Amino acid sequence: MAADTVGGILLAAVTLYAVLGGADFGAGLWDLLAGGDRRGRAPRQLIDTAITPVWEANHVWLVFILVIFWTAFPQAFAAVMNAAALPLWLALAGIVLRGSGFAFRKEVHRLDVQRILGATFAFSSLVTPFFMGTVIGAIATGGIPADASHAILSAWTSPTALLAGFLFVGACGYLAAVYLVGEAARDGNRRLAAYFARRAQAAGVMAGALSLAALAELHTSNRFLFDRLTGRALPLVVAAGVCGVAVVVLLATPLTASRRWEGTIRAIAALGVAAVVWGLGVAQYPVLLPGTSVTLGNAGAPHATLVALVVLFVVVLLLIGPSFGLLFALAGRRLLRADESAPLGASLGAGAAAPSTRRGPGSAGRQPPILRAAAFTLAVAVALLRRRQNH
Amino acid sequence: MATTLGFHIILACLGIAFPTIVLLAEYVGLRRRDETALVLARRWSQVMGVLVAVGAVTGTVLSFEMGLLWPGLMRQYGAVLGFPFGVEGVFFFLEAIFTAIYLYGWRRLSGWAHWWSGVPIALSGIFGAMSVIAVNSWMNQPGGFTQSGGRITSVNAWQVYFNHAASYEMPHMILAAYMVSGFTVAAVYAVGILRGRRDRYHYAGFALGFVPAAILTPFQIFVGDTAARAIASDQPVKFASMEYVAQTSRHVPEWLGGVYVNGRIYGGVKIPYLDSLLVGFGPGTQVTGWDTVPPADRPPVVWLLHLCFDVMVGLGFLLLLAGLWALIVWWRRHRLPRPRLFWWLGAVSGLAAIVAMECGWVVTEVGRQPWVVYQLQTTAEAATTNGGVLTSLSLILVLYAVLGTATIVILRMLARRWRRAEVSEAEVPYGPAAGPLNQVGS
Repeated sequence: MAADTVGGILLAAVTLYAVLGGADFGAGLWDLLAGGDRRGRAPRQLIDTAITPVWEANHVWLVFILVIFWTAFPQAFAAVMNAAALPLWLALAGIVLRGSGFAFRKEVHRLDVQRILGATFAFSSLVTPFFMGTVIGAIATGGIPADASHAILSAWTSPTALLAGFLFVGACGYLAAVYLVGEAARDGNRRLAAYFARRAQAAGVMAGALSLAALAELHTSNRFLFDRLTGRALPLVVAAGVCGVAVVVLLATPLTASRRWEGTIRAIAALGVAAVVWGLGVAQYPVLLPGTSVTLGNAGAPHATLVALVVLFVVVLLLIGPSFGLLFALAGRRLLRADESAPLGASLGAGAAAPSTRRGPGSAGRQPPILRAAAFTLAVAVALLRRRQNH
Repeated sequence: MATTLGFHIILACLGIAFPTIVLLAEYVGLRRRDETALVLARRWSQVMGVLVAVGAVTGTVLSFEMGLLWPGLMRQYGAVLGFPFGVEGVFFFLEAIFTAIYLYGWRRLSGWAHWWSGVPIALSGIFGAMSVIAVNSWMNQPGGFTQSGGRITSVNAWQVYFNHAASYEMPHMILAAYMVSGFTVAAVYAVGILRGRRDRYHYAGFALGFVPAAILTPFQIFVGDTAARAIASDQPVKFASMEYVAQTSRHVPEWLGGVYVNGRIYGGVKIPYLDSLLVGFGPGTQVTGWDTVPPADRPPVVWLLHLCFDVMVGLGFLLLLAGLWALIVWWRRHRLPRPRLFWWLGAVSGLAAIVAMECGWVVTEVGRQPWVVYQLQTTAEAATTNGGVLTSLSLILVLYAVLGTATIVILRMLARRWRRAEVSEAEVPYGPAAGPLNQVGS
């Protein structure tokens, strides 16, 4: 029981990292593809403003995931770390270059150095999710033996694992573009909103195609997982598809630039990605490393450790949740910025709750879009499943 | 192999204690409406931004490394070690979130609201450090779990966190972090003063770093002395190697310096009975030697341990001396000392604190060898069996070297830019009659 709970916590942390941190990687991808100095100036500036205050906090989810993983399931952790050592090293190098490239770029004034650092940041934003994807792909396809003590090249170079790598890149780019549409809409910048809407649609279609390709590949490479994904995890798979289609369609409408709807569109996109993560989790359950006998139950740490982790997660929710809320609220209201002047005396506590005259729905409007999107997705998924069962 | 931590530990120190110094500067600035202090706080927070970013990525490297380099340790003791790391994760979150609010909230949050947004950073620095040190001290004095048939069967998270060695390692390391940060800040401005930039800005920058660090120095020496006595009983072989005690005996002399080769000590100064005196306050105290364990269970390079220990203690007293000098002059004349020697001392204090800290770290890590978890698991058992460890290690070292150089280059560039630009009113964040902020961003 405790092991299942911790498994759920691990999945929740992965979801949060995918939805929050993934978008930061995707933003780097759009930075890379933004074109020359002049043409790419406006989108790069928006990307910079959007991720500067939040990327470090989002990144901590990764550290948290690693810690939970090795504490709760030390044997499986050691196996993954051994077998997939090479892609993990490469992802790690990407993380280091990306973070430092981004941080240093802000401080440098010379254009050529800025360009080099910017390219480092952008390129490694592409590389890191790719290798992380191959590791997840390797785990999902059963490429990691339970007692791995050496690096296994074939584990993460299988077609499914490589597809998972590309899927990660696509999904990150998709999330980032959708979020950036919202950021542009908040600033009232219709041109940039349309710019990122086009990209979000393209990335969405691409990520969808890659997911279907990965699913088809699983049909041959890991029949068990395929059956589970089209069996008990089907509602989540369908929900993911519905969310993706809904976002691509909604982005084609004028709602894109409306401040009322940007939050909802964001939330639907995030729910779609979350559904993919949970779909995979539900399909695997209770096996931790597919293809082996390692399950949540038999790989778990002693009971007391697991209970300690559950308590720790509750503390995280109580302590970190509101802190994140504060950070996102302040960032969303453009109260956190490195440049541009601002009036003094914008007070902290009251300011977050009171309706602002300049900005539309600020932090106070955060919860409803998520709920609205959840209800929307649920309704469509239920309707689709009903129809399928009636046939 | 342990050397990869060497770079992160400096950053970690600055991450733990530097925010407190920034907050101190802002507090002085807000309280006394002191423009200089506010400008310093504003500029230091920019430095903090760079350091936090580098700290965040190297911190991630460490959590990856735990698995990539030490799968044996994680396989066996991951369930035990994990809890303190998890607690650290919580404080890492708080630190990252509030650092963002603090860094980018200048002038957009009211003065004191902004100051309070920095307080969680300082607190989470201390508690986060406690958690990481809990892991290290647990490796020195493992406990809080039961093991049967090679598997961990139960864990008491509380006893793991507050293990026996935690009581002296935690204060020792946290004080070290504050000393490193304070003296490093002071050193930067001392160099400026030596170069003739004798203005209020430089004196204030020096004092805001030097005063807290110098106040903590005597406490650190006291804690360190306690820690050494605790090690003499908890890890006698480590202590014996630190002090060149080959055979268990009474009336043990203290060696200052000297290199131990094949049973002989070359070039050291011998002070009779002092080691016994230090361990048990009497010349007749028995000190355990390394002859109590077989050669395979002794640390590999004894002279390195001993010299590192001596250097750490010596530098600690040097820093104490600098603090005393400033205190005496302040007491009699109400100003900082004028002689150039004092400012030279100030200029090297940062490096001295860093070297002392690194030496202390060598003593605790190398001194535990061949164990990674004291008397339970050897380093060889814990390390990865993957080929190419050397390759990946050297890659990491190259990466860190590049990262370190880049960080220093960026910080120097910031300093040059600040020197060129005169302190305009616009830069004073909460000063009187503040104009628009001329902060030049990307």
